[in-house]
Amino acid sequence: MTAQPSEKLMVFEKVGVTYGTGDDGTEALQPTDLTLSKGDFLALVGPSGCGKSTILKLVSEVLAPTTGNIFFSGRELGATPIRVGMAFQSASLLPWMTVRDNVMLPLKIVPPFKADYRAKRRGEYRERVDALLEKVGLIDFADNNTWELSGGMMQRANLCRALIHEPDLLLLDEPFGALDQFTREELWQTLQELWIETRPTVILVTHDLREAAYLASRICVMSPRPGRIVDDSVIDFVRPRDIDLVFEPDFVALVQRLRNKIVHTPNIRKRNAA
Amino acid sequence: MKTTLRKIAPGLLIVSFFVLWELICLIFGISHLVLPRPTQIVTTFFEYAPAIWPHAQQTLYTTMVGFSAGVVIGLLLGILIGSSKLAYETAYPLLVGISSIPKVAVVPIFVLWFGAGTVPAILTAAIICIFPIVVNTATGIATVEPELEDVMRSLKATKTEILWNIGLPRSMPYFFASLKVAITLSFVGSVIAETVASNKGVGNMMLIASSSFNVPLVFAGLMVLATMGIVFYAIFALIERRVAGWAMRKTM
Repeated sequence: MTAQPSEKLMVFEKVGVTYGTGDDGTEALQPTDLTLSKGDFLALVGPSGCGKSTILKLVSEVLAPTTGNIFFSGRELGATPIRVGMAFQSASLLPWMTVRDNVMLPLKIVPPFKADYRAKRRGEYRERVDALLEKVGLIDFADNNTWELSGGMMQRANLCRALIHEPDLLLLDEPFGALDQFTREELWQTLQELWIETRPTVILVTHDLREAAYLASRICVMSPRPGRIVDDSVIDFVRPRDIDLVFEPDFVALVQRLRNKIVHTPNIRKRNAA
Repeated sequence: MKTTLRKIAPGLLIVSFFVLWELICLIFGISHLVLPRPTQIVTTFFEYAPAIWPHAQQTLYTTMVGFSAGVVIGLLLGILIGSSKLAYETAYPLLVGISSIPKVAVVPIFVLWFGAGTVPAILTAAIICIFPIVVNTATGIATVEPELEDVMRSLKATKTEILWNIGLPRSMPYFFASLKVAITLSFVGSVIAETVASNKGVGNMMLIASSSFNVPLVFAGLMVLATMGIVFYAIFALIERRVAGWAMRKTM
């Protein structure tokens, strides 16, 4: 593997989140330390309600931590604007726009691209969008309406939209959760290709352990709510990974180990002091 | 075969409606003072065309000005009410109250304020069409799927950007649906005002014609109104196809 200079992109220092206040408060995330390096592909796995999505909300500045600090590029989060690309389980393409215009949307909203949007949307930006659509095999559908796409194609467009503005962080919240197995595996490969090419820093939240193991370079296993990280493993299968990898004994063993971690982690309630 | 039938069906229905009307009048020997035959109406229309024209122009003018004002005000109010829950809850009862007032009842008030003639007709045409536009636009904006908003929020879009890129396009199908209702209502509004207090306009013409028992001319006035209504409906339906055709999932 290429030895990355492990530049610290994001650091969590004892970050905890409690929804609500006082006795009614629900602790969603126990004080957690986590360091994310530039170019990491981190997968967060764990049972439902373990705080995976809470971490995404923290990172995308939708939610502020109750305790602790988050640093981005060595400065406190919020000091420098960070560019985030997000894709959710529902593709959420805008039905009144063509596929191309949907992918171009972030360039209209996110600085510094938005300053030149009017001047470049028919030139440079269009070429940029088309190049990305070409890579994911959607170029022939660029002028189509979104409802003419299949579920897998919609998610490809969704990935493009999350990547077009070269985000500092790509946040994926179960993006392939609603797809069938074959389409999902195709999209794993597409995502891997895109990742190898531009090396964005990714946080992938997923329930699918095979998905995490196939895609990620690092997997954090979280405990049931209130969440904490109970396991942090580096996944070093050689890239590009072939889809047959999922049948290799090493891979199967890894998935099994992760599964055991999740199933056998006791549900510790810390709030029984009251 | 089926598509051709679909295309000509509306025209076919209108033609058979008039043919049936004509036949019933002929068979039962109905007097033209009660119900004139369509052929009589058309003849009267052409006979009186030079006299009808200025009235039709006046009605068209007041309706258009009133309708345009109604659309602008309705759209702005709809956006305001649709994008804020507080504004929605605050303004809704007042709006419902105003819209429940029969518009004939306010014409005398407008006449009192502005005198008889053009202004009351314009105002009536405007207020009668505001409510459906406000309600529809507000509904379109208020029911935006949260997933679509999440996309914008993850890009750190401002509220204005979200409104401009999600709220407004999302509400366009609702807006156009209301326009088709509103334009016909506007004609109703201006004709009411003309009937009550004006010396010009199709409404006024029909009032005078009926008082001199020129029933075919009254019906010719109705025909003019119906035609204008259909024409404008068709225009908005056409614009709707272009702007909000995505909602019908038609390939644009």
